[in-house]
Amino acid sequence: MSAFNAIGEDREVDREEFTPGIEPQATWCPGCGDFSVLRALKGAMSELGKNPEEVLVSTGIGCSGKLNSYFDSYGIHTLHGRSLPIARAAKLANPELEVVAAGGDGDGYGIGGNHFIHTARENHDITYIVFNNEIFGLTKGQTSPTSPMGHKSKTQPHGSAKAPIRPLSMALTAGASYVARTAAVNPNQAQEILVEAIEHDGFAHVDFLTQCPTWNKDAKQYVPYVDIQENDDYEFDLSNRAEAAEMMYETESALYEGTVLTGRFYHDADRLSYGDEKRAVGEMPDEPLAERYHTDYEWERSYDLLDAHK
Amino acid sequence: MTEELVWRIAGGSGDGIDSTSQNFAKALMRSGLDVFTHRHYPSRIRGGHTYVEIRASPEPVKSRGDGYNVLLALGDSFARNPEQDAYYGNEEIKPLSENLDELREGGIIIYDEGLIDVEEIPEFESRAEENDWHVYPLDLRAKARELGREVMRNTAGVGATAALLEYDLEHIEDLMEDAMDGEVLETNLQILRESYDEVSEMEFTHSLRIPEGEHDDEQVLLSASNAIAYGALDEGCRFIAGYPMTPWTEVFTLMSQYLPDVGGISEQVEDEIASAALALGASHAGVKAMSGSSGGGFALMSEPLGLAEMTETPVVLVEAMRAGPSTGMPTKPEQADLEHVLYTSQGDSTRVVFAPGNVEEAYDQTRAAFRLAYEYQLPAIVLYDQKIGGELRNVDESFFDREPNPDLGATLTEEEIAEAAHHASGKFNRFQHDPGNDKGVSPRSIPGQKGGRFLATGNEHNEQGHISEDPENRIAQVDRRLGKLSAIREELDAEESSHQHGHGPEDADYGVLTFGSQQGTVEEAVDRLNENGHSVKSLGVSDLMPFPEAEVTEFLESVEECLVVEMNASGQFRGLVQRELGRFGPKMNSLLKYNGNPFEPHEIVEGFETQFEADEPAPTTRFVPAAGD
Repeated sequence: MSAFNAIGEDREVDREEFTPGIEPQATWCPGCGDFSVLRALKGAMSELGKNPEEVLVSTGIGCSGKLNSYFDSYGIHTLHGRSLPIARAAKLANPELEVVAAGGDGDGYGIGGNHFIHTARENHDITYIVFNNEIFGLTKGQTSPTSPMGHKSKTQPHGSAKAPIRPLSMALTAGASYVARTAAVNPNQAQEILVEAIEHDGFAHVDFLTQCPTWNKDAKQYVPYVDIQENDDYEFDLSNRAEAAEMMYETESALYEGTVLTGRFYHDADRLSYGDEKRAVGEMPDEPLAERYHTDYEWERSYDLLDAHK
Repeated sequence: MTEELVWRIAGGSGDGIDSTSQNFAKALMRSGLDVFTHRHYPSRIRGGHTYVEIRASPEPVKSRGDGYNVLLALGDSFARNPEQDAYYGNEEIKPLSENLDELREGGIIIYDEGLIDVEEIPEFESRAEENDWHVYPLDLRAKARELGREVMRNTAGVGATAALLEYDLEHIEDLMEDAMDGEVLETNLQILRESYDEVSEMEFTHSLRIPEGEHDDEQVLLSASNAIAYGALDEGCRFIAGYPMTPWTEVFTLMSQYLPDVGGISEQVEDEIASAALALGASHAGVKAMSGSSGGGFALMSEPLGLAEMTETPVVLVEAMRAGPSTGMPTKPEQADLEHVLYTSQGDSTRVVFAPGNVEEAYDQTRAAFRLAYEYQLPAIVLYDQKIGGELRNVDESFFDREPNPDLGATLTEEEIAEAAHHASGKFNRFQHDPGNDKGVSPRSIPGQKGGRFLATGNEHNEQGHISEDPENRIAQVDRRLGKLSAIREELDAEESSHQHGHGPEDADYGVLTFGSQQGTVEEAVDRLNENGHSVKSLGVSDLMPFPEAEVTEFLESVEECLVVEMNASGQFRGLVQRELGRFGPKMNSLLKYNGNPFEPHEIVEGFETQFEADEPAPTTRFVPAAGD
């Protein structure tokens, strides 16, 4: 018998089960794109019949990091940029948990960039949502890794001399096996993409365009947007790396020229997730490690390893 | 008393000095002697002078000795061309020339004349004569080449050593049979035997022979790195994350080898921020987990360390100190990360820090670190260094005959969660202030458990884990978290055995205080001082946080004056004692060493005597008198 009976429970789940009674109203600014992420995540999890207590949401620091204050499940609100290493270890410790990591563009593409690269490279079976608003919001409007070149802020008074990072291309190159971009203004697509990302067995990266009405007033509200899967101008093979890379490059450049392209950019359904790869080489147990502490397992002793020292 | 043997094998880094010495140490242990090894090696891939010392005696040995009495100087196969002006000097002769200063009077020198030309060593002949050294030049390389390959000259050297000391080859041969097979084994055995036989026929001028000893129990040879890994395994640790860094890599490597075999998980990750964060993530999800590093890598762990304190996530970290600051001297020991480990990360520290003083303590205190981390939901750190991590000594095998403890500490079952306090919204009160709970520990639920959902956050938070800046809640949470340290201190004080190790006559007039890895050397110095007519006792402290106030106070009150021995330049441990106890400043003199080599007993003897006589301490050490002196 499992020690974790919230996992795999077969029942109807209402989206409102994910609204915490203790803090039901988010403190995000009116009109903030973050509300859409919250809404889409609640919708996706209930659509998939996930019990709130089989879900672990690991967040970074920033406005986006508050996601798990307003989303009722198990949550861990970590450090700036460190949601991924915490999330992936939790998944390795108990692969039956549904693990979602989330943070902002500064959090994921700036301070946590190294973790982003390596988590994608290793293809951990988690979903990573990046709230991309092209600005540092909680610290009041500084230039971020996705701010456009020339972006002026209190810390870049003459305009940023840096070209913005290319998050989709970076995810693909690093090894992510599912890469998508959606926008707060497109709730139906957002929920669909989150459902796919959660169901995907591997690292699913969702760059979620979330407008910041307070600190990024000049930025477009990401309307109108184009769904590349719905538009004949953008035909490419989702499972083809080269074609995906080209589409991503075009999308990333277009964003700064006023064209908001969204949708799925890459999907490799065949690549094994990290846990499966690790099991294949004999470095990961078949049963969830977290269960072992609640069974009558006969624990190994160092006393039986001493022959090498005699 | 038979004279002890201190054998030093010197050569180039990468020449197999380590494995050869380990086998010889084991052979000596198997023949009934107590052994203790000391490693000295450069931070280089290949080449560079390296040596391992094995001290062997029928009496217990717990430190390196003062100097040594038998040298086996092999060549350095990776020595750079001495014809060119070299920054590192003539490396070919270093295995001999670099080791002469510490060779005792009457000592024995065996050197490979196939590789080392004594003409290149200034005043070699006259020094040998002055010091009554017995010199045996042997062409070990030629012997190895004749029968096998050049690298086998180590074996020829061991054969020669055994012959000169009249040591039976049986144990060495057994060990070779365990480690090799086929033609390699045959060739090595032949080289060993021929070298032994040839040297046995020579005329010896020295009188030193192998001492005889006997053990009552089966012995095992291991280091604190082994003991830390075994302690972790026996506490049910099945997850480690790390990034390579000398000297912590040893523990990481050992765990990475064991864990897959016992269905555990080892993760080598992108950096130490990630490795500590992974250990937290695994622990949060209900697995006993650890990480670790050395100074620079541990600096990167500051953030996750603070997160563990704030979210009350159990985790064990190990820190293997090496000489700093910055990259410092990667392969040299120092105890200068004490303050770093105690105080790094923002906010008030809420952590346990133990610095074991020997192999057995490394095992016991690693287990205690896990037990306390999981019972009290905080990070516990095992602080050690390159010295204790690398030195091998023999321990009774029966010492490890213990029961495992996979207990997750303060956690709840789903049935218990159903009974536990919840917020009206259904959220579990993970961080409750229960006035009836004097430990201040609020048991946790684990993700996936029914009815246990809560938020863990690095922000200050209320009972359910939600972010709160309410002043009353803030005080209650801080007091509860910090209060756990007092509860741990009380628990440790109530235990039958203490982590602090006293040595010498209880009513002694003077004291020597130290922490961590210098314990054995201090105790040997204390014995010698008492033999010389002084009245001295020592206390080796392992508990650094929470500090063993009562024990150290009692010790300091009972002595007139005290020498504080530590391997750093600023007297960090003396500073800690002052900070914790406040009133013993005028009693504490410091003896510091920071040249990259651990203390030798005579240095502590001389430093002790400096307190009373105008004599200078050993030039390798620094004496700092008590405040106000």
